[in-house]
Amino acid sequence: MTDFLRRLFRTPQGLLGCLIVGLILLAVVAGSWVTPYGPNDMQALARYKAPSAAHWLGTDQYGRDILSRLLDGARSTVVMAVLATFIGTLGGAILGTGSAYLGGRADEFIMRTVDAVMAIPSLLLALLVVSLLGSNSANALLAIAIAFVPSMARISRSVALTVRKQDYVSAAVARGEGAAYIVLREMLPNVIAPIVVEMTIRVSFAVMLFATLSFLGLGAQPPASDWGLMVSEARQFLHRSYWILLWPSAAIALTAIGFNLLGDGLRDALNPRT
Amino acid sequence: MSASYILKRIALIFYTLVVVSLLVFAITQILPADAAVMMLGENATADALEALRQQMGLNDPIWLQYLHWAGGVLQGDFGTSLRTGQPVGPALFSALGTSLTLAAFALVFMLLLAIPMGIIAAVRRGKFADLSVSFISYIGVSLPEFVTATLAVVLVADWWKLLPPAGYVPLTQDFWGGLERLILPVIVVSVMMIAHVSRMVRSELVDVMHTDYIRAARLKGLTPRRVLFRHGLRNALLPTITIVALDVGYLLGGVIVVEEIFSIPGIGRSLMSAIQARDLPVIQAGVMIMATTYAVVNFIADVTYAWLDKRIQYD
Repeated sequence: MTDFLRRLFRTPQGLLGCLIVGLILLAVVAGSWVTPYGPNDMQALARYKAPSAAHWLGTDQYGRDILSRLLDGARSTVVMAVLATFIGTLGGAILGTGSAYLGGRADEFIMRTVDAVMAIPSLLLALLVVSLLGSNSANALLAIAIAFVPSMARISRSVALTVRKQDYVSAAVARGEGAAYIVLREMLPNVIAPIVVEMTIRVSFAVMLFATLSFLGLGAQPPASDWGLMVSEARQFLHRSYWILLWPSAAIALTAIGFNLLGDGLRDALNPRT
Repeated sequence: MSASYILKRIALIFYTLVVVSLLVFAITQILPADAAVMMLGENATADALEALRQQMGLNDPIWLQYLHWAGGVLQGDFGTSLRTGQPVGPALFSALGTSLTLAAFALVFMLLLAIPMGIIAAVRRGKFADLSVSFISYIGVSLPEFVTATLAVVLVADWWKLLPPAGYVPLTQDFWGGLERLILPVIVVSVMMIAHVSRMVRSELVDVMHTDYIRAARLKGLTPRRVLFRHGLRNALLPTITIVALDVGYLLGGVIVVEEIFSIPGIGRSLMSAIQARDLPVIQAGVMIMATTYAVVNFIADVTYAWLDKRIQYD
């Protein structure tokens, strides 16, 4: 474990990614305790304020403290994105490894169907699912999870097929190990690593998809402090203050960069050849 | 590459379209929207609604409705919009033209930037140029289109007043005016792809430059320039075709957002308003057209790849 961490921190991507993601997770866990104001506390006399000592990031069109709203929104935005990615990955991994395990015609059929579904852009698929279920955060979560299943299935299948052909699996078969032992002890640990890497990178897509759905009015609904919704609302008040647009945009970008860097760092750390 | 490979790929396109059509039809069937109520309004009498349902075939079993719809689509008839009462096909195909103009400009712009960026980063690996390119691409893949679009409009259109903030003029009508309005949307749609493709070109080229045939070319005494351009790039750029084709999926998704923000009357905007108004025939047709575009582009890319790379033998 310490060896793994040393490998992770050795690359600039891994180190920076860990720092940024750690900071964001801290905001998610402790954010609502340290916020100076409530996320929906309105101060009619302090609207459109630029950053100051009282409001570190300024205030929005209702005089709400932007820092408090960002910290509060971190919980919904980031936790939802991680959950959606996890559910989508799990679904994709089961489908992909199952397909690889079945092999033959069933594998061919499943993978061609997965390819077919991938012809629908994931944003469009998510839009359709949300419009089917209704616009709110929980449905947006499900929509993103569903939109991730096809590509994760494809990746999991190719990883599982490569692992299946490795010598250590053949050796286990030759030793006469049972199927459960081979799948659980030999294959699974080697399948999980690349999938975790892919999943980490996907979290950044999920954050962006989530924000995009909210921006289009199909995700979180006002007065939620979801970051995409904050950007969407800020557009009308740009002539009064650009800070209300800048901060949530920066928060989305920083989160996406953090998970991207962490994913790349993990990939290098888990690759035995580097 | 054999004829049977091409035939197989074409069969795959049809399979893709059948799966997508089933999926879309299923989704639109479950959507809580009554086409008859939408066309006649909330106050229509029960008799009038029933008569229209009968006429539109809404009382038929689902599979019959699907076959009826799919048969129409095969003949180029996408049905009638519930909102406007106009045929869906002609309106959507002209919107598709607009979107494809945007997409084509974005692809060319992206390739013109991403390929040189990738090459420079690979050649100057570990140096300042490489680090700058990877810094830019990390930022690029982390900015969703709606953020880039909003920032671009604020900076370029509102503050500096360099370009119009939104709107669309067909190029055939006013070429320069239309082009001027396309600049920001094209840049916004390409940012994410530039970041992705330049990274791919870099890693492909780095891999290729470590192969034996590149070493052989070097040992033969060729100039580094000649090694790079004649031997390196030829092989490194081939996989880019496939990557770009797969990125068309992102491109089509990005087009939806960008058309919405810049009010461009393309297929993405038609789809967004159809989804909001639950205009089922337009949703069905729009998704089918987008999926067909993706499938056809990937077919062309695969065939081109197989044709260019003689080492790959598909059966």
